[in-house]
Amino acid sequence: MSGWFMAARSRLILLALVLLANVAVAPGFLELRLVEGRLFGGIIDILNRGAPVILLAIGMAPVIATRGIDLSVGAIMAIAGAVAAASVNAGHAWPVAVLAALGTGLVCGLWNGVLVTIFRLQPIVATLILMVAGRGIAQMITEGRVLTFTDDGLAGVSSATLLGLPLPVLIALAAAMITGLLVRATALGLFIEAVGTSPRAARLAGVPAPGILIGVYVWSGLMAALAGLIAAADIRGADANNAGLWLELDAILAVVIGGTSLYGGRFSISLSVLGAVILQGMRTCILRAGLPPELNLLLMALVIALVLVVQSPACQPAIARLTTRLRRRGAA
Amino acid sequence: MKALAKYGAVALMMAAMAGCGDKGGTDKATKANEAAAAMTIGFSQIGSESGWRAAETKLAKLEAEKRGINLKVSDAQQQQANQIKAIRSFIAQGVDAILLAPVISSGWDEVLGEAKAANIPVVLLDRQIDTADPSLYLSAVTSDTVEEGRVAGRWLVEKLAGRDCRVVEIQGTIGASLVANRKKGFEEGISSAGNVQIVRTQSGEFTRAKGKEVMEGFIKAEAPGSICAVYAHNDDMMIGAIQAMKEAGLKPGSEILAVSIDAVPDIFKAMADGDANATVELTPDMASRAYDLLAAYNKDGTVPPKWVQTPSTLYLPDTAAAEYERRKDLY
Amino acid sequence: MGDLAATLLSAHGLTRTYPGVRALDGVDLTLRAGEIHALLGENGAGKSTLINLLTGAQPVEAGSIHLDGREVRPKSPAEAAANGIVAVYQEITLLPNLSVAENIYLGREPTRFGLVDRARMRREAALLLARFGLSIDPAQPLSAFSTAVQQLIAIARAVDMSARVLILDEPTASLDSAEVAVLFRLMRELAASGMAVLFVTHFLDQVYEVTDRITVLRGGKLVGERRTAALPRLDLVAMMLGKLPSGDSHLQRHAAREPGAPFVTVNGLGKQHLVAPFNAEIRQGEVLGVAGLLGSGRTETALLLFGAERADAGEIIVDGRPVTLKGPRDAIRLGFGFCPEDRKLDGIVPDLSIAENIVLALQARLGWMKRLPPARQRELADTYIKLLNIRTPDAEKPIQLLSGGNQQKALLARWLATQPRLLILDEPTRGIDVGAHAEIILLLEKLRDEGMALYVISSEVEEVAAYADRVMVMRERRQAGMLAGDDVTPSAIIDAIVMPGAVPPSGRAA
Repeated sequence: MSGWFMAARSRLILLALVLLANVAVAPGFLELRLVEGRLFGGIIDILNRGAPVILLAIGMAPVIATRGIDLSVGAIMAIAGAVAAASVNAGHAWPVAVLAALGTGLVCGLWNGVLVTIFRLQPIVATLILMVAGRGIAQMITEGRVLTFTDDGLAGVSSATLLGLPLPVLIALAAAMITGLLVRATALGLFIEAVGTSPRAARLAGVPAPGILIGVYVWSGLMAALAGLIAAADIRGADANNAGLWLELDAILAVVIGGTSLYGGRFSISLSVLGAVILQGMRTCILRAGLPPELNLLLMALVIALVLVVQSPACQPAIARLTTRLRRRGAA
Repeated sequence: MKALAKYGAVALMMAAMAGCGDKGGTDKATKANEAAAAMTIGFSQIGSESGWRAAETKLAKLEAEKRGINLKVSDAQQQQANQIKAIRSFIAQGVDAILLAPVISSGWDEVLGEAKAANIPVVLLDRQIDTADPSLYLSAVTSDTVEEGRVAGRWLVEKLAGRDCRVVEIQGTIGASLVANRKKGFEEGISSAGNVQIVRTQSGEFTRAKGKEVMEGFIKAEAPGSICAVYAHNDDMMIGAIQAMKEAGLKPGSEILAVSIDAVPDIFKAMADGDANATVELTPDMASRAYDLLAAYNKDGTVPPKWVQTPSTLYLPDTAAAEYERRKDLY
Repeated sequence: MGDLAATLLSAHGLTRTYPGVRALDGVDLTLRAGEIHALLGENGAGKSTLINLLTGAQPVEAGSIHLDGREVRPKSPAEAAANGIVAVYQEITLLPNLSVAENIYLGREPTRFGLVDRARMRREAALLLARFGLSIDPAQPLSAFSTAVQQLIAIARAVDMSARVLILDEPTASLDSAEVAVLFRLMRELAASGMAVLFVTHFLDQVYEVTDRITVLRGGKLVGERRTAALPRLDLVAMMLGKLPSGDSHLQRHAAREPGAPFVTVNGLGKQHLVAPFNAEIRQGEVLGVAGLLGSGRTETALLLFGAERADAGEIIVDGRPVTLKGPRDAIRLGFGFCPEDRKLDGIVPDLSIAENIVLALQARLGWMKRLPPARQRELADTYIKLLNIRTPDAEKPIQLLSGGNQQKALLARWLATQPRLLILDEPTRGIDVGAHAEIILLLEKLRDEGMALYVISSEVEEVAAYADRVMVMRERRQAGMLAGDDVTPSAIIDAIVMPGAVPPSGRAA
């Protein structure tokens, strides 16, 4: 566990800074209140709003660890949302719609995985295909409008409360835990890292590289479908044009902030989730700060640049010195 | 209006527009019928990326049919190159007039020069272009986006009847002239009343999801009960904002006044349910006005004004249910 | 070469500390004009660090470097090169997609009217390469040539950069004997012209063949400097190892033994454009040696046998039953293991820990569902670290921090953990320090004695002759012969490699 804290050190500092900035903007930000069996508070808001990107990052981290990238997750969100909305509007029960959306995500992921693994397309090209075409498919399903639905079951994916938490928060946390267990309690994590670090060595050691590769894209597709369900449920409608738009970039950024190199290799689900939470924390802070909206993008870019510089290898020794000094002072 | 924020969206819904029924006939069409009859008009449309644009195309066809106009529609799939190609093809076919909904504002001089040389009048629909030579087109039929904001603002002042009001504003995508205009118009509309002020403004990027997120932020940032009205630059963002208010236990439409622009079907549903108070129409019926002025121009050479503004009509909950029924199949 | 030759470079008290390790501790080095000077030591002795300090790749912590009596403190390899100190490394550091000429003149292209004069660049490159006995087209991309040629090109570049001190770090590791001869002739010419050549190598024969002086490092400290002619080989090894060597026992041919049961039989296995069909029988408790020059097809036989390449002819019979290998996983299921020649690219997984590298093949065989518990992984890793004497403080360190010899041991451990019946080893001792080298040979002999079947590809003919029961000789991508029993001698192997028809190919009369 202490090893995790060492690895998470700089991200935890960042998260603390982001939360502090939020408190500066809204003094009661960290307060948690239980109202009618549901927790309310700034942290819950961040997790709730950030759930789609957290899910995408959970799917993206293993993909990036294999030296791949999945640009299509935003488009898969749009397709999954459209499929779910179209199913309930066609009179199906909401569980059917949810399963149809998840199935769509699996199929999309499988498509990516097959292009990358069997046809050996470069991941950035292979997933670009679905990134562009996927939104078209979603628009075909919604006929270009926001496909509004009134089914409370499907809307509940976003608005329901379970164990005092908004359902998206629970879904994201559960997905993180299941994925974490899946990669660390089995040998999948080792295989993914081996394939990502040195594909040839992994193959010669008998690692089933093709299965692993297809698997990570399928999982990424599934996570994107979950995110798409939440996004559609959130606005009670499938917005093919805008659902998940550019979120693939947020997910990649979250994974990078989580310390996974785009050259593959070591990855961490928990740190990627932390990266996504940091991003959403920043966004929430900027949105609530009451600054002119013209500054949104500029502020976000500046903060992200700062985050990446702080995490760069060049700055790590300084941070290590700082933390040792702080610890020493704490011990004294 | 989301068109402004879109990049290369793939349009795949021509099929949806086919076979529409004959609804909402108007009488103003009849008087120009004779002059317009037998006219062939080419219409270069941007695409079908939003419900509003689909409705614009659908209405163009409907109104043409009523007037006996032979309308040829070309879908440019968001590409200026396709529009230029379509215009050249219309010129080659020798159409009587061309309607152009330009995907971007610049780069039209050459092809419009060709149309002018061929003596084919061009009417711009829905958007203006940048050109040094206004003689390249006959007229532009668009809405007055500043006026839209003004109408929304004036309605709010009137509705408040002197009460103090803290307004939160959900803007469209930063950088669009439309956004600057709708903001400016609204500010003018409320300027007469010293007691109405915009306390927060943030971009909801014209989408439902962002509109909801921004409204959530406003609710959290403002003291409970202190927001008196929401102004959203489009209905989609307002629909997201309404959800945010409901989920926060607030009552949009009564506790917090809700006014937005566009008049898409879903906002009428919200008004019918009592969740929204007003919307200002950006009419998708641009083509009929173009047909009318083209007919007059053909008949006796009446030169229309360079800019024909469509009315910015205010809609209120009393007609919402009927308006929803009238529009739901159009968009 | 007399002691009176002028001192060209002298370094005093060079020191460099890494976190927790003193990599170099007050080392002196003197290079005289006109000499070839060997820098020797086991891996971890500090050779690389010393070179890095001389070339400015790392800053000097303490100590000084004088060139021609003037103190130099290079801050980068470029600065060192400007002073006349240039190093050529074992791993080619050139750019494979550029042409040979562009590589040679990279950063100092001849120009004409401000533009790169490509014709002149190619002409001069061709002239330069001719001095190295290389008649190749300098316009070709570097990647079109073998590692050996690329190595020579790298040296040519360094020589042409008017180096006064040329450092050659393991330059002969991937050269065949003819290429080595060319290199040595060149080194002597360069020395005769007044340069000093610092030569790092693992081949002691080459040290005695070409060098004038020897500096030996051990554990970051200077052991001593000697004249080569006055230093017996035994004493040199003792200086390097810090102990008297246990004798050349592994070089004595082991006693003939009863052949074990046939485990794998290869009948006419081959693949077009890769290697012509070959036959072999691999028995339990035996070493089948595979000899041949670079490019002879020796590695390709291993790739086919392990399923890394799919054969298009012939069959493999295991325990009397024909098998089809669709990939390495099929071979592993049959109890095969494979340590490839290129450890860095095909062997180790650099980011992963030593423990993870060791359990990788076993885990792959168990499948992803049946993860070895961390305690069991730890136990396996620790067992093999101890058994194979892998030098590391703990099993959780990234494997890329280990020396080449220890990486090779970890790769052996990876396969031993799967308890293989056949181990295929491609150049298992290449680029490995003397100590680890001997340990690996001893380990192979032990495994053989325990009944494992071994398929060992090696270019070290004397060694192969010592430990192999039979030797398959490859030449020009086909089987050139199969030696057995008393025929397995270094000279017979070399004969078979060099002369067509010296040995009857297996299964056919001469």
